[in-house]
Amino acid sequence: MKKEKNERKVNGVENISGAEALLKSLLAEGVDTIFGYPGGAIMPVYDKLLDFEGRIRHILTRHEQGAAHAAQAYSMVTGKPGICFATSGPGSTNLITGIANAFLDSVPMVFITAQVVSGLIGSDAFQETDILGVSMPVTKWNCQVKKAQDIPGAVAKAFYIATTGRPGPVLVDITKDAQIDKLDYNYSKCTYLRSYNPHIPLNNKAIESAAIMINHAEKPLILAGHGVLISRAEKELKEYAEKAGIPVALTLLGLSAFPAGHRLYAGFLGMHGNYGPNLLTNEADLIIAIGMRFDDRVTGNLKKYAKQARIIHIEIDKAEINKNVMVDLEIHNDAGEVLKALIPLVNKASHEKWIREFRICDKTEWDRVIKSEISPEKGDIRMGEVVNMVSELTKGDAIIVTDVGQNQMSAARYYKFTEPNSLVTSGGMGTMGFGLPAAVGAKTGRPDKEVIVFLGDGGFQMTIQELGTILHYHIPVKIIILNNSYLGMVRQWQDMFFSKRYASTELVNPDFVMIANGFSIPAQKVMERDDLKDALKGLLEEKGPYLLDVQIEKEGNVLPMVEPGASVSEVTLNYKEK
Amino acid sequence: MGKQEYTLSIFSENHIGILNQITIILTRRQINIESITASESAVRGVHLLTLVIKTTGDMVSKVARQMEKLVDVLKVFVHTSEEIIYQEIALFKVSTKGLLSGNAIDNVVRNHHARIVEVSPEYIVLEKTGHKNEISDLFTHLEPFGLLQFARSGRVAVTKQVRELNSYLKEMDEANRVKAEDVDVYGRN
Repeated sequence: MKKEKNERKVNGVENISGAEALLKSLLAEGVDTIFGYPGGAIMPVYDKLLDFEGRIRHILTRHEQGAAHAAQAYSMVTGKPGICFATSGPGSTNLITGIANAFLDSVPMVFITAQVVSGLIGSDAFQETDILGVSMPVTKWNCQVKKAQDIPGAVAKAFYIATTGRPGPVLVDITKDAQIDKLDYNYSKCTYLRSYNPHIPLNNKAIESAAIMINHAEKPLILAGHGVLISRAEKELKEYAEKAGIPVALTLLGLSAFPAGHRLYAGFLGMHGNYGPNLLTNEADLIIAIGMRFDDRVTGNLKKYAKQARIIHIEIDKAEINKNVMVDLEIHNDAGEVLKALIPLVNKASHEKWIREFRICDKTEWDRVIKSEISPEKGDIRMGEVVNMVSELTKGDAIIVTDVGQNQMSAARYYKFTEPNSLVTSGGMGTMGFGLPAAVGAKTGRPDKEVIVFLGDGGFQMTIQELGTILHYHIPVKIIILNNSYLGMVRQWQDMFFSKRYASTELVNPDFVMIANGFSIPAQKVMERDDLKDALKGLLEEKGPYLLDVQIEKEGNVLPMVEPGASVSEVTLNYKEK
Repeated sequence: MGKQEYTLSIFSENHIGILNQITIILTRRQINIESITASESAVRGVHLLTLVIKTTGDMVSKVARQMEKLVDVLKVFVHTSEEIIYQEIALFKVSTKGLLSGNAIDNVVRNHHARIVEVSPEYIVLEKTGHKNEISDLFTHLEPFGLLQFARSGRVAVTKQVRELNSYLKEMDEANRVKAEDVDVYGRN
């Protein structure tokens, strides 16, 4: 017994506060950056943070939601879990949108929330919220710590759960007394939980069957999603696609997993995706879905989705298999592991005739949509035009962050992503206001990269306060507002499906240049096409943060579109012609 | 697809909030819980929740997968009523005066295989174990005698299958321990 105690001394530290133990545990997990906002219940932790200066960087956002989005973006560009602090009550409930967003997009995050002292729990104390109950449906796991000595164990478990299997956000709620009380600190990483099994033995039999199906297919199509990026399997995807000669289509969150411009790149899937991959989903004889979940924005009408094709689903989360689309072969494994095993089994092939069909679709889309969107000869500036110009000026070598809506779809459609993890966007939740704080997080995680955020004038104003964070830490993000003085995507739907009745979608906007200047951010307004290129060059040359307010055609629509209820093969290319 | 009664046996760690996590999955899909029982299982430290829900075969497999995905859940089994042996228990409190008139009591005990738990001058407490419809039969039978109180438990069930939870646990364990050793086998909680 005595010996054991001596051993503990070697590994650990005696008699430190729960707050210090928390920060030490985070250090042990490799954390160096935290996004957060202080408050009454979390004050012991913030007090201790001062002693960790130089080892842990804390970014004070201007709202807890901003902290959550920033931490998520940080995680998406670095591959490390995003860490976020908030106090009890409103501090923690303000995180919920950010937590739900990370949950739907499978981003590993550890949220640390403070709770009122344990004796007051359940008494409706000041700033007390049942954050465990509130966050339960939107976290992968959560727990409450009421004793200081339980803090290291809870943190270890949180990191293990957040980062393994299908990643996701976890929340650890720590009472104020647990932060203050003393413990003998000793940290060991969690590597095993009886009830949680992230490592699934490779299903070699299914992989062999998949190879047979692939080798016999004449019109195979790969649909790759976020899972490929999470599994860091971009190289394997490329090698496999090239060997088997299969075109690759990407979901919104899968963008950048396969280089745009590659001869096998089929395009972007979904409601506002490219013409080819949507239309030809209903022509393929074999669909190989990798790390994607057949979201309704990808499938359109399920009753008319890929009925002619056999479907192989490679997916780490068993609950996603046969959830929306019934598949012929399920491979319940990590995308990267499966692809590695699959490469030697597939025959070298080239489906030239099939690939030509995609090129024909590309031509149609170019003629009927893209040409007039990225190089219009007259009229107001268009979103696609701005994005395309940014894409050309940066040569695809930048991290693109978007808000939600038309700006997002335009960025996804017209930026040519070549490097993995170069897009940060809110996919599943479609959270307006995500863009600006996410840009803060992305730039914090990758200071070596140019970070450009496309915002709508609506979404920008949902989290506009994060300009304060940019000012405070002088974060050199490049902000481009695609300003049409409308909630553009909702207005587009009103245009198309509600007889042009524009209910509450027109915005009276402030002077964004003046606002940016108020935060000491240089800014410029662009009204004319002739000024656009120089303005964008100026934005990219700027060393610090910069904001461009680009006046966009007021009633532009993002096309093509798979209208709600329509099949992927019924893509609307030109709405006005209808 | 028609709706049918399914019994879910959910084996989990005995952690606070696990019941809530499971019911959230059902509430979100507007599935009503017909009956629910929580207890220890045959494996030490493993908790067993037995739920009865009425839904389609497609939906039951989806919710079972969602439940199994929960970090604290070990394994979920879905069974139709034919695949399990199950019982419910009910207690009936009847006025002694009413029941003792005629040969009602004899009928109840003999024909319904009920058991007398307690007798007092005011009331008699009867216990009946069986399927829901057997308990309902007895309920109908006793109602005219002045039923003072009635309470029925949720379903408890064991499966007819031969393979037990332990073998699944072992399988999952092996897959993970092997992997875990690659990482850093230091402390496991």
